[in-house]
Amino acid sequence: MGAYALRAFEYWLVVYRRVWRGTVMTSLLNPILYLTALGIGLGKIVNSGGGATLGMPYLDFVAPGMLAATAMQVASVEASFPVRGAIKWNRQYYAMLATPLRIPDLVAGHLAYVAARVAVSAVLYLAAITAFGAVHSPLALLGIPLCVLIGVAFAAPISAVSAYAEDEVFNPLFRFVVTPMFLFSGSFFPVTRLPHGLREVAYATPLWHGVDLMRGLTLGTATLGWSLVHAAYLAAWIVAGVAVARWAYRKRLVT
Amino acid sequence: MSAEAPLIHARGLVKQFGTLRAVDGVDFDVQRGEAFGFLGPNGAGKSSTMRMIGCVSPPSGGTLRILGLDPVADGPAIRGRLGVVPQADTLDNELTVQENLVIYGRYFGLSRAEVRRRAAELLDFVQLGERAASKVEPLSGGMKRRLTIARALVNEPELLLLDEPTTGLDPQARHLVWDRLFRLKQRGATLVLTTHYMDEAEQLCDRLVIMDRGRIAEEGSPLDLIRRLSTREVVELRFAGEPPQVDPALFDGAVARVESLPDRLLLYTEDGDALVPVAHERLHPQSVLVRRSTLEDVFLRLTGRTLVD
Repeated sequence: MGAYALRAFEYWLVVYRRVWRGTVMTSLLNPILYLTALGIGLGKIVNSGGGATLGMPYLDFVAPGMLAATAMQVASVEASFPVRGAIKWNRQYYAMLATPLRIPDLVAGHLAYVAARVAVSAVLYLAAITAFGAVHSPLALLGIPLCVLIGVAFAAPISAVSAYAEDEVFNPLFRFVVTPMFLFSGSFFPVTRLPHGLREVAYATPLWHGVDLMRGLTLGTATLGWSLVHAAYLAAWIVAGVAVARWAYRKRLVT
Repeated sequence: MSAEAPLIHARGLVKQFGTLRAVDGVDFDVQRGEAFGFLGPNGAGKSSTMRMIGCVSPPSGGTLRILGLDPVADGPAIRGRLGVVPQADTLDNELTVQENLVIYGRYFGLSRAEVRRRAAELLDFVQLGERAASKVEPLSGGMKRRLTIARALVNEPELLLLDEPTTGLDPQARHLVWDRLFRLKQRGATLVLTTHYMDEAEQLCDRLVIMDRGRIAEEGSPLDLIRRLSTREVVELRFAGEPPQVDPALFDGAVARVESLPDRLLLYTEDGDALVPVAHERLHPQSVLVRRSTLEDVFLRLTGRTLVD
């Protein structure tokens, strides 16, 4: 990331300084609520009814899934309304473009902020699931950079959509893309439970790759080969997403 | 050295949006230390020209050099030496006055200590020193505009671009902005501004071009334009009904030109007071006003239309 992109990144940090307390609370409270309900509440039923099919307590299964899915959600929110705002509401992108900053700096600066934002929530979330006893390997520490990878893999294409779309797009985006992925990408149950057709769709989602790798890390079962495949797939989404975001930003901001 | 190279040099400059030719081949030069204006109605191509000068909108044709550099190839280098006051505010309402200034200075790569020092000076200059810690949101339009001006000065620009600097402000706020811009001018700053207010152009511009439909209709100092293209005085006549059609010949050479507007008749003359009794006698107007010619009259002469509808 260049010096110019760091200056754009700094803007987002100044904005974040106003709201960070709230986000820290959310990042701690969410895993506690979810893990209590799913890991302990629902988990008791799952474990007694046939935990053997998972090969592990439900808490161990669902906690890494939630961690990965949360990275996606945090990043998706940060790539939607804030980008729209920087174009339409406070028009900060226009302010930046009147200075030496360029389109790729705007994209990189914002994604760097999303990465930092996701990293903070990942640290808190990981601490929470560790406290719940769902972490079984020091490899789980790699879950923090993995969360960043997942986050940016979503933030890059979503920021492109946010820049490009003139009209209301966030409701359908969250309703038909983010939420279904949250539910059906292997966070809560193995995607092998899905019928053929849908299962292949789930394998193609970046979130499934994130969830599967995350589970390998917290359980300590990850293999190098598959880990690289998952990471490379997420990286490919970032590369493509950044290219599309640059195009969309330019189309919207430079006329 | 006979003359310094101009800070802005444009020849045959064009901006095309689809089928709309917003700027249609304009030529102009802006010299260091001058206050240069683009005067014209909305849609004349002023803002499009300004955005090309600001290196945020690539020209569709022609030549443009800013500070001797090419805006397409050297955009960041040029923008680092410009100050821009855009037509629509680009302040972050959630941040404070001070934060807005500091982050903007950081975009130019200034150190935090340096930008804080400059921020304090600039806020005093635009009379917002006491509002430094206040959020931008509750500020009045005039205060926001002054903050935007302070922000545009944070990198000590060689060229200050102001797109419609007082549009939407009430008269008192406009005068405050003009006062600050006039001080900058006195310090030797190079100002380029667009406006559709002829009084703003007359007060601030050493030299201006009158733009209409993407083209430059005339160029000169305000006084020079008025002398060349209008008469010394104007007699404005209003009538109970529609203004009558009048031939200048009716006044035996005392009236150079007549303009008929929907609500009034304008008689262009060197001596307004002398014309008043004659106008009363021959045209029976409801009211009569004698005034000096302005750039508005120049614009009317050039385009047949008024600046502000």
